[in-house]
Amino acid sequence: MSPTSRFASIRNGESLDFSKIPVVPIEDFRSAVLKMAAANHRLCALLCSGKDGRPPGSLLAVLADDTGGKLYLAASQPVAGYPSLTPDLTQAHLFEREIYEGSGVLPEGHPWLKPVRRVSADKVAFFQEQGAEVHEVAVGPIHAGIIEPGHFRFQCHGETVHHLEIQLGYQHRGAERLLREGPDRRSLAVAEAICGDTAIGHAWAHCAVREALAGATLSLRAEALRAVVLEVERLANHIGDLGAISNDIGYLPATAYFGRMRGDFLNMLMTVSGNRYGKSMLKLGGVAFDLPAEMRSSMIETIKRSVRHLAEVGDMFFGEPSVISRLEDTGTVSRKICDDLGLVGVCARATGADRDVRQDHPFGLYRFRHIPVIKLDSGDVFARAMVRFLEAQRSLEFLSALIANLSEGSAASPCGAPAANHLAVSLVEGWRGEVCHVAKTGRDGKYEWYKVVDPSFHNWMALAMALRGGEISDFPLCNKSFNLSYAGHDL
Amino acid sequence: MIDIIKNRLKQGYRTSKFPDEDPGLPERFRGRPVIRPELCSAGCTACVDACPTLAIGKQGDGSQSDGKQGPLALDLGRCLFCNECTAACPEGAVAFTKDHRLAASRRDDLIVTSDEAKLAESLGDEMRRLFGRSLKLRQVSAGGCSACEAELTALGNVVFDLGRFGIQFVASPRHADGLVITGPVTRNMSEALRIAYEAVPPPRLVLAVGACGISGGPFIGSEDHLGDAAAVVPVDLFIPGCPPHPVTILDGLLRLLGRLKRG
Repeated sequence: MSPTSRFASIRNGESLDFSKIPVVPIEDFRSAVLKMAAANHRLCALLCSGKDGRPPGSLLAVLADDTGGKLYLAASQPVAGYPSLTPDLTQAHLFEREIYEGSGVLPEGHPWLKPVRRVSADKVAFFQEQGAEVHEVAVGPIHAGIIEPGHFRFQCHGETVHHLEIQLGYQHRGAERLLREGPDRRSLAVAEAICGDTAIGHAWAHCAVREALAGATLSLRAEALRAVVLEVERLANHIGDLGAISNDIGYLPATAYFGRMRGDFLNMLMTVSGNRYGKSMLKLGGVAFDLPAEMRSSMIETIKRSVRHLAEVGDMFFGEPSVISRLEDTGTVSRKICDDLGLVGVCARATGADRDVRQDHPFGLYRFRHIPVIKLDSGDVFARAMVRFLEAQRSLEFLSALIANLSEGSAASPCGAPAANHLAVSLVEGWRGEVCHVAKTGRDGKYEWYKVVDPSFHNWMALAMALRGGEISDFPLCNKSFNLSYAGHDL
Repeated sequence: MIDIIKNRLKQGYRTSKFPDEDPGLPERFRGRPVIRPELCSAGCTACVDACPTLAIGKQGDGSQSDGKQGPLALDLGRCLFCNECTAACPEGAVAFTKDHRLAASRRDDLIVTSDEAKLAESLGDEMRRLFGRSLKLRQVSAGGCSACEAELTALGNVVFDLGRFGIQFVASPRHADGLVITGPVTRNMSEALRIAYEAVPPPRLVLAVGACGISGGPFIGSEDHLGDAAAVVPVDLFIPGCPPHPVTILDGLLRLLGRLKRG
């Protein structure tokens, strides 16, 4: 029997009647998930219906077939505990910790069942190395710069890092719980604040599940306008990250110029939506602001200028041998680690993985217009920087073609009430990677479950792996090259 | 090296003329809202029903507490500047202007009931003597989504160039004259925030930046945070927004230090 027979399948941004999802005994659920993963299906989300630490709960897995463009769903019968998937499927490690913390359902045999978000400094255990001249370095939650909080615990031998453990949770605001109270008038505002630098990515994923549950369709113009702002968000962040990487290696001219160019794209979002992060741009059924002709032509001018400036500054930065020697072979993540951990986005593509939601599970306008996927295979800081630089260039080309040929139509269409007892999954390629929202409605059309998976949730462990065997002084640079979200992880 | 110099020449001078000149914000920028309660039709609660954070409501005489009776008032501390109220209002009684000036010295001064603004006041003579020309700040994110943090970082770039005013973000609270707090103060960050505050030598200032730090913002009512920065430490300056534009933050800082020549 094919492993897919235990799963219902949908495409990105679709919903289905919850009763169509097979509910199987936990042993079958477990073996089916493992078989699917062995056949190159990626774990997008693993969640549990249980709430408030009170088992039992039913597990739900969302697995992505990135080559076939399908999402597979299966649920288990309610359990209070089950043999952990993590020993056989590393990708599940953080999901299972989250499940235990949230629902009390115990993944038996999980190798490191620590809290994810219920942190209290004196109660969290850290892995500790013993031995002569081995020392421990503890950093955070408050860091030296203007940056979100998190705790990093290094096990070092001299300068060499043997192990890094990252303990997050300090930013936990209860975003998922507030979303689960919806849909209501603040749902979209909460989604936009899950992770402020990905306001558009999360707003889109949120609107897409809500629209899928209501069976709403958007005009082509609305889809195009969403793609415009998503790519502008990507540009602002990718270029900003290049500036931050330049700063961390002390190459300050590029810091200043990339930093200023990042502002050009934040200002572009402000011109369009009134907010530099594009908050309030999206609304159910489309977008809140249209692009009048004069705004389009001024955007095209800015884009043309940016193509030139980005090339000039990029050539200066990447043309500097001392820059390249600092970035190459620093913080390397192998392709195997990428696949074991189920990495997404820039981090995955920097290890050679051909993984991009815009290509693999096209949504909105990306169903009609394609954007080339950039991948490099060295897995180091250089690759992560270069992927950003090349992706920024592709986004500029994509934008200038798109804005010049915007379809006519209304910027927003009506979106009705969500269907009862339905489940929808939405994936959006935010600038960091795959943003995943999963929502299930109950009998009254209100949410019973609402799950958010920020790309950072998959990728934080990769930063820990990148440091292994490296020097502790490389940590800030490695951290910048990932630039993961604390708030997006902590929710 | 020659490439760096050539590139430098091409880049030109990019620092904003603010505060000597208008910041030149775009048409759609949503700054200080004005409300005109006289335009409200009787019994209409369209804006109240649309607001995601209950920032807008009708202030009764104390006997009414449902936010639907009495004259209209808008709490800038809760406001996300999201446009839902203006889109919902059939009479145009709520409108966002391009005015970037939003910072206030007292929480109550953030309540807007007309087109009047109660802007931040400058510090007393002694504090101005201490901090007026050199202010070092330590930023603590306590549940901020990274948007406020990004705007605070942007203040250091070549466009806003905070350093030209003698204001600087420093790495240690021991080196700081004050804290800039973002986020609704999550339970998990409250202890670290308290410790950081204690570590700043007095006299010290506290700035709450963004809707979350002032009121909890979109997360109002969640049990996973304490509600606002003022729940943990006394706040001297409130800078609303989601996130506030860098010039809004800069305006607040310069007002606090008594360094703005014009209104």
